Amino acid sequence: MHRTGELYGQFKTLEQQKESASLGMWIFLITEVMFFGGIMLAYALNRHVYFPAFAAGSNTLSLKLGGFNTVVLLASSFTMAMAVWSSQVGKKTLIPIFLLLTITLGFVFFGVKYVEYSQKFHHHLVPGKKFDIFFCVNNPASCPDVAPDELMEEAKLLDEAKAADPDLNSHAQLYYSAYFGMTGLHALHMVIGAGLLFWLLKGSLAGRFTPQWNTPVDIVGLYWHFVDIVWIYLFPLLYLIDRHK
Amino acid sequence: MSITAAVPAKTLPQHHYLNATYGIRSWLLTVDHKRIALLYLASVTFFFFIGGFFAMMIRLHLLTPSGYLLSADTYNRMFTMHGVAMIFFFLIPSIPAVLGNFFIPLMIGAKDLAFPKINLLSWYIYVIGGAFTLYSMISGGLDTGWTFYTPLSTVYSNSAVAPAVIGVFITGFSSILTGLNFLVTIHTMRAPGMTWFRLPMFVWAHYATSIVMILGTPVIAITLALAGMERLFGLGFFNPAMGGDPILFQHLFWFYSHPAVYIMILPAMGVISELIPTFARKQLFGYHFVAAASLAIAVIGFLVWAHHMFVTGQSTYAALAFSFLTFLVAIPSAVKTFNWVATLYGGSISFDTPMLYAFGFLGLFLIGGLTGLFLGCLGTDIHIHDTYFVVAHFHYIMVGGAVMGYLGGLHFWWPKMTGRMYPEWLARVSALILFVGFNLTFFPQFLLGYLGMPRRYHVYPPEFQVYNVMSTAGASILAIGYLLPMIYLTWSAFYGRVAGDNPWPATGLEWKTQSPPLTENFEVTPIVTWEPYDFHHRPDLGLDPVSTHEIMPAHGDD
Repeated sequence: MHRTGELYGQFKTLEQQKESASLGMWIFLITEVMFFGGIMLAYALNRHVYFPAFAAGSNTLSLKLGGFNTVVLLASSFTMAMAVWSSQVGKKTLIPIFLLLTITLGFVFFGVKYVEYSQKFHHHLVPGKKFDIFFCVNNPASCPDVAPDELMEEAKLLDEAKAADPDLNSHAQLYYSAYFGMTGLHALHMVIGAGLLFWLLKGSLAGRFTPQWNTPVDIVGLYWHFVDIVWIYLFPLLYLIDRHK
Repeated sequence: MSITAAVPAKTLPQHHYLNATYGIRSWLLTVDHKRIALLYLASVTFFFFIGGFFAMMIRLHLLTPSGYLLSADTYNRMFTMHGVAMIFFFLIPSIPAVLGNFFIPLMIGAKDLAFPKINLLSWYIYVIGGAFTLYSMISGGLDTGWTFYTPLSTVYSNSAVAPAVIGVFITGFSSILTGLNFLVTIHTMRAPGMTWFRLPMFVWAHYATSIVMILGTPVIAITLALAGMERLFGLGFFNPAMGGDPILFQHLFWFYSHPAVYIMILPAMGVISELIPTFARKQLFGYHFVAAASLAIAVIGFLVWAHHMFVTGQSTYAALAFSFLTFLVAIPSAVKTFNWVATLYGGSISFDTPMLYAFGFLGLFLIGGLTGLFLGCLGTDIHIHDTYFVVAHFHYIMVGGAVMGYLGGLHFWWPKMTGRMYPEWLARVSALILFVGFNLTFFPQFLLGYLGMPRRYHVYPPEFQVYNVMSTAGASILAIGYLLPMIYLTWSAFYGRVAGDNPWPATGLEWKTQSPPLTENFEVTPIVTWEPYDFHHRPDLGLDPVSTHEIMPAHGDD
């Protein structure tokens, strides 16, 4: 199909094109809801069946890192919204600035996620043969990043959980399957989002986005907000709701 | 002096989508929905014959009670690969990705789908997924059944499960993108005057199908992703040894795979709703009800999945609810069937090949649908669960319904796709061969199942042999019924009689443009001023200038 300016040949008007693009993105987000829905169902079912193990697993996560990342992502949603707004009102110089801020916050998120993942790796909390929820409690020397009083607390909680669920280790492994499955898929979506943001950055530096035509900024914005919303669900599910009885 | 000499021979239009550009790149990088449809046509046909080969091996093996041909293990692989190839790589994409892709934009008066590049992307995703699955097949195949039940698929099977699961996972995204594209296109790309209730029923059926595609497919994607990670990295959601729940896998699997049945049958129903008015020369009876029935099937279809799991030990109350909901699906299906029959009533019927397929569909879908109620009924299901009764039932729906619809549609629109007619008599004969072969293959399986022959076994007691011999004989006839259309349709695409713009004639917008169409579909955007399937107020069809008189049947000269 031929393209005239920003209008692709299959469309008659820019309005029709914009409507199609944003409807397409909304439908795509519906498919994403169903996609994450499947793994959230698996999480919910297992949490119901193996509550002590899930509570114990939740207590081994770092609330500080998770909370920090939540703030970072919310801030990135704000800067993304500002980028969309700038493109709508025609503030062409602001668009790349806000996009760059969003990308930066995205990478801060990745950095923190990397720290979290590598901690879990060193603490033997990655599902597999070496998985051991008691690893830090039994080998405090190998976990220098966990404070001694936190370890004491953790040991107490794990003992209680072990009393409630003799097969704690393998059920905690299910918790960590959910943790890595859900946060991993979320991170994958962020990587794709970051790629899209770089593409927008290139377009905005070339001055492509105007108040008349800014559909890419708009729909990538929708996607980015959706990925944030997924985290808004993941954070309480994984970090918060099982922390206190 | 001959009269026929005065009629000028029809010629193909000078410019059309097939000769707009040439070369392999012009096909592999095309964004024209019609060319992408042909790419899909070639690929689904390829997988159809692969799946057909496995089916032939199964039937040949079951010729004798002790099964001389294959080892037990190979037999397991054969029926698994038959199911995987046919369901994920033929039935699900067949009508939507070939006929839907080609005709939805033409039917609504658009130049293309809303997202032509995404359309091409969906084909590439399909091919990549297909390549993974083919790799699984040639590296020994897999033996889990097409349902990939855990923990067999994730822990115990020693076959090539991972590449097949990855392949099916990937291919799902092609289905999602096709559904997304159709939904947006139907919403935003309709020509002036093409209101929602002037849409052809084929488009309504695809609208309903697309809803199922976008809501169901992501769930099978995450399910297979989790099962795949369980096999490769030892995640434990579905592994009872780790505290996981295999029943959870079955729930998630059927949450998609039951609605997937409607991805296969709804488009075929859409085709039938086009064929019957055209060849009965009557407006479709109960247009609004047939459209609403498509949506109802799509919605209710999401609420019945656990009827595949009546014997898993699920709660009796859940089973009761799912049984009841399963019966509800019969209502919109019956609404459609009765409306088709009412359309035929008093019509001026002609027996052209597409109509023969439509008649075949009506009878076979009726049997397939009603036997579905036997299975949805809790008591009888215990008796016939996992027997050949189930195999016969879903082949009546999938092959008798979906494939009949697909072939009927392919014949009906072949002149539009290629500009040329297929050989009519050969086509009628092969439609009959197909019908006879199909019934001979699958009707005995109802009896086998009722008598207690379980599915998926490589041996059976000798008293079942006569039905199995009948079934295998039928399968051989069926194979001829499939090979013939492939041969003569291919031949006719190059050497058939030139068809003209509207050979039947039919009422849809797709017949208002030349055959084969231009790359842009229409020279100017059409404006729709007529109601769907109205033969009486359409002087442009050349049937009868006086709208009150009886109109000529299709091919009045037969």
